[in-house]
Amino acid sequence: MAIRVFSILLLFLSFTNLTFSLYEDQVGLMDWHQQYIGKVKHAVFHTQKTGRKRVLVSTEENVVASLDLRRGEIFWRHVLGTNDVVDGLDIALGKYVISLSSDGSILRAWNLPDGQMVWESSLQGSMASKSILNIPKNLKADKDDLILVFGKGCLHAVSSIDGEVLWRHDFVGESIEVSHIFHSHDVIYVAGFVGSSEFYVYGLNAKNGELLENNHAALPYGTFGELLSVSADMLVVLDDTRSNLVTINLNNGEISYNQKHISDLIKDASGQAVILPSRLPGIFALKINSHVLIIKVTNEGELEVVDKINNAAVVSDAISISEGQHAFAFVHHGGNKIHLSVKDANDWNGDLLKESIVIDHQRGNIDKIFINNYVRTDRSHGFRALMVMEDHSLVLVQQGEIVWSREDGLASVVDVTTSELPVEKEGVSVAKVEQNLFEWLKGHFLKLKGTLMIASPEDVVAILAMRLRSSEKSKMTRDHNGFRKLLIVLTRAGKVFALHTGDGRIIWSILLPNLRKSESCEHPVGLNIYQWQVPHHHALDENPFVLVVGRCGPSLAAPAVFSFIDAYTGVEAKSLSLSHTVAQVIPLPYTDSTEQRLHLIIDFNQHAYLYPRTPEAIDILKREFSNVYWYSVEADNGVIRGHALKSNCKAVDEYCFDLRDLWSIVFPSESEKIIATVTRKSNEVVHTQAKVMTDYDVMYKYISKNLLFVANAAPKARGEIGTATPEEAWLVIYIIDTVTGRILHRMTHHGCQGPVHAVFSENWVVYHYFNLRAHRYEMSVVEVYDQSRAENKDVWKFVLGKHNLTSPFSSYSRPEVITKSQSYFFTHSVKAIEVTSTAKGITSKQVLIGTIGDQVLALDKRFLDPRRTLNPSQAEKEEGIIPLTDSLPIISQSYITHSLKVEGLRGIVTVPARLESTSLVFAYGVDLFFTQIAPSRTYDSLTEDFSYALLLLTIVALIVAIFATWVLSERKDLQEKWR
Amino acid sequence: MSLFPRLVVLLLPLTLFLLLTCSLSLAFQSDELLLDDEEFGIEGGHSHPNPRASTDSPPSTTTTGTASRKRFSESSSSDSKIQFSFQHAFGDSDFSEAGNFSARIKTWSHGAQTLTKLRFSRNPLSEVEQKKFQNLLQEDDFYRIRLPSNVLTPPGRDYVVSSVKARCLSGDGLEEHFVIHTEGANILAVNYGALGACPYPRQLKPPTRWSFKSHTILKNTELAPRTPIFAEDVLSGEEGEGEVVQPIERSFWSKYWMYVIPLGLIVMNAITQAMNMPEEQAGGQAGAQAQQQPGSAVQRGANSGVRRR
Repeated sequence: MAIRVFSILLLFLSFTNLTFSLYEDQVGLMDWHQQYIGKVKHAVFHTQKTGRKRVLVSTEENVVASLDLRRGEIFWRHVLGTNDVVDGLDIALGKYVISLSSDGSILRAWNLPDGQMVWESSLQGSMASKSILNIPKNLKADKDDLILVFGKGCLHAVSSIDGEVLWRHDFVGESIEVSHIFHSHDVIYVAGFVGSSEFYVYGLNAKNGELLENNHAALPYGTFGELLSVSADMLVVLDDTRSNLVTINLNNGEISYNQKHISDLIKDASGQAVILPSRLPGIFALKINSHVLIIKVTNEGELEVVDKINNAAVVSDAISISEGQHAFAFVHHGGNKIHLSVKDANDWNGDLLKESIVIDHQRGNIDKIFINNYVRTDRSHGFRALMVMEDHSLVLVQQGEIVWSREDGLASVVDVTTSELPVEKEGVSVAKVEQNLFEWLKGHFLKLKGTLMIASPEDVVAILAMRLRSSEKSKMTRDHNGFRKLLIVLTRAGKVFALHTGDGRIIWSILLPNLRKSESCEHPVGLNIYQWQVPHHHALDENPFVLVVGRCGPSLAAPAVFSFIDAYTGVEAKSLSLSHTVAQVIPLPYTDSTEQRLHLIIDFNQHAYLYPRTPEAIDILKREFSNVYWYSVEADNGVIRGHALKSNCKAVDEYCFDLRDLWSIVFPSESEKIIATVTRKSNEVVHTQAKVMTDYDVMYKYISKNLLFVANAAPKARGEIGTATPEEAWLVIYIIDTVTGRILHRMTHHGCQGPVHAVFSENWVVYHYFNLRAHRYEMSVVEVYDQSRAENKDVWKFVLGKHNLTSPFSSYSRPEVITKSQSYFFTHSVKAIEVTSTAKGITSKQVLIGTIGDQVLALDKRFLDPRRTLNPSQAEKEEGIIPLTDSLPIISQSYITHSLKVEGLRGIVTVPARLESTSLVFAYGVDLFFTQIAPSRTYDSLTEDFSYALLLLTIVALIVAIFATWVLSERKDLQEKWR
Repeated sequence: MSLFPRLVVLLLPLTLFLLLTCSLSLAFQSDELLLDDEEFGIEGGHSHPNPRASTDSPPSTTTTGTASRKRFSESSSSDSKIQFSFQHAFGDSDFSEAGNFSARIKTWSHGAQTLTKLRFSRNPLSEVEQKKFQNLLQEDDFYRIRLPSNVLTPPGRDYVVSSVKARCLSGDGLEEHFVIHTEGANILAVNYGALGACPYPRQLKPPTRWSFKSHTILKNTELAPRTPIFAEDVLSGEEGEGEVVQPIERSFWSKYWMYVIPLGLIVMNAITQAMNMPEEQAGGQAGAQAQQQPGSAVQRGANSGVRRR
């Protein structure tokens, strides 16, 4: 036993020197972490007199969070799973935050101050339906405050104390689309439509859910859209022609209805009307032709237009400010300002508040508004408004000013690219930015104290603060090591941000006009971001540009939109609304004289379009016409095809080309389905072609840019883990040359299934999957070696020039490859996988694994070496081959995110720095995280906290010592002579 | 999983033995009947095939018709002949018949099928085709071929296409190389190309003969190496423990031999010195002292010389 412990200890010790880890005081030196929540869907204010003022929000990223109302910081936050969409949020008992999620099947209560989960209950139901969370005031059943939840076709009454389901009533048999729940005394009324015209109201006993009454009325016309409740017994809905308003009056369960033509209310009532879903007492808002009508409903069910707002306006829900007095807010754009008005719901003429606020126009229109009231120092009512903007940011407005704003669009990053910063020009020198000499000396003196460990605690704090706010890392110029860059990110809202890698601050942001909702483009989506123009020759006086590719809708057949953005200033230089669609964007490895990269856009109808549209670009492409190949994956169909350019398609213009199919691979549909495809990064640099083995043998890596890794799963094993037995699950992996369609390697893993995450680099691919037989996740590595060059080992061949190393590499030559592979168990399931990339590719690689715990683990590639053996020989040990183990070690020091979590991790991006040893890593999800890592440590530079002062001091001390000893020895010599 | 092959290994000699003895006594009937049965199997076979299972039982099947499989065919499978057409196209022209492949399809007792014994007969190029091929060579265009993706119900879901620059093919003759990736009766892909290298600035070299020299290889999937499992070995009992202990002991000796041997030498030396000492004391003391005297004198002399200077 003791021996085993000892061996484990030995093993542990042997690993510690492999890992790169961080000291506590190095946190935040090179990394930054930003927390976001996403686009807010619901907001509930909690502003009791005592305690901290907060606002509770739920977002489209499935986050439930509590924000500080004073500063906008996050008090607490919970990121629910990707399938756990939040449907409703409210406060119960004044101390619990209740969230309803997963289509009304999971109800959770969170403790308001600290966000601890108090209870969770899962609500059963059989039918998919809309879900409604309703927390009635003063409705009790046996002293319990009730929470009413409608979800999956059932109405549940849940105790707010412990989440117990007190009773449930099944509406599945009635097939009713419940849209409204209200109560009077002890009767709960559930109202909704069956079909589009049968209106039903059910009355239930609040104590036990017993059905008390049941009324229905058949409207003589269909209805459109949602039912909106105007007051407890009054409902409004549009009819199916969208030109009539129907008011439904429920008087103790009795249904009566009334119809009114919109044109009776307003003259020019042409166009499609929509009822805005704001809950206002006795009033509702109707949107028609970009006007908003505020319509009052009298007790008799008569409609009366009280106001007409011409610009696109947003209306909040009403809040009760005092007994019988309700207020609500509406905002609209006017000029470059937004106008916020708070009105009393009963008294239309007076304004409770009227303010104009200047908001950065890059935030776009207002999407949602939530208001909250407070008592001013003069005891009048004050209001603050929380606004969700078009770019998903969150703004709190009070007293006509923006109190705080959050850039929550960054929680939904779609794609990332990087740009270099401007070159340092004559005028701005480093010394000027640096503090004066005294400060500099003081800083180094402090550092010296730190190194000699004679610093007092205050000094240590000062040193830390100094290092953290070092101006060096956040400067706006290019640095020698290439650590400072701009991360250009595209978010789902269609906004592009440039973040500084030094401290993560936003340098510029732009809401792209052609990714905003418009008449011609209903649901624009941003797809990808590419480096369009990277000036090298004119780096001093030309700015780089990025290309944002979007599409006017989620379907592939929607037309494409392009935007060209200056990466330094964030100004959109040009935008294009294209007539063709975009299925694939291929950045070609050619640039024109202005260093614009040539891009081929492949559309839906098998045409290729060349950009930029210049005659020069055509000339360049003509020259390389027969060397352009690409492939397309039809995942649903199980077919991979290879393409090449054929000829100019005369029908359109000279920038359009027809394609031809060169090869196809048809996977048998009854046994294989494509689940993952991965290629090498196009900008990856490989330093050496050969790998020297321990026996001084040489293996040549098969390095081709055109390799594709495909993972196919058995059709039965495509679902979740556990749905298939090991016998009916298998995973087939392929390595395919995409020029000729040649299958270089094909291998079956029996009893394994996806999800597969893979990364391809140099000549190897690492992939992660689940082994059903071993009940564990596995990671495999496949390395491809070229045998046709294997002969080039003899020195004499090199001397006589009889080697074939300089012969051009062609995909059309028959490859002689051998592969080596090995599998290892891995504990975690994986969300993303990436590999470090460095400037010259000399540094050894680390595989970066985004784990299920939303952290990023750096695993040395040496662990994933197919040559690992049980008992490596001495020579192999010297080379750094680790003894074979069945599972990959997870060493807590090798988490590059150290103690932080990148909540909702979706992707990892690595960018080489100019310093060879270092790679920049950006991980994004709901949070953003950036750091620098050095897989083989910083062998080519001194560390940041290297004490130059200590070095100087040592040198000076040595010189002094030399002189002193020289003088002493001279004197001694003299004395000797006099003796 | 591990049980299944073991069972097969156990049962195989048994069945073979049984079959052999059977065939000795009633050789006629069994052969005929088996074939009939299996042919029914082929027709119904592709409705519920389990092609994966085929890779379980035979040893790795990377190339055509290995000798080991013949043995199996007698015991558990049957084969039938099948033909499928091979089509080609010049540049962007339509595909036309260019020959056919004949193969044997083996149906295993559990319904899986494998293609073996592939033979290829190519039609000679006609005058027109030769001219087209010449054109391809001139324009450095593609020569394309295709095969059905399923050999039982051609063309299956789609054809598998492959293409090569015509200039790669023409060298001394027209030498071509096929790698056909199969999965049961399905053809996943065909990799078509020249036999040797085809470096990029492709030379225009008209073929000397207009007949193709074809090489074909059938490829099936490889099995991934099993993930090594050590934890269970260690836990399984004393054997594991012994294995862990041994290397440590060995390494102790191998590590410290360099200390142990000098130590031994020193000890040996000390012993021999101790043994020699009495002898020297007895015999050579006077001589030793006499030798030392002049040396010390010289030293002293030199020292005094320095001081005097």
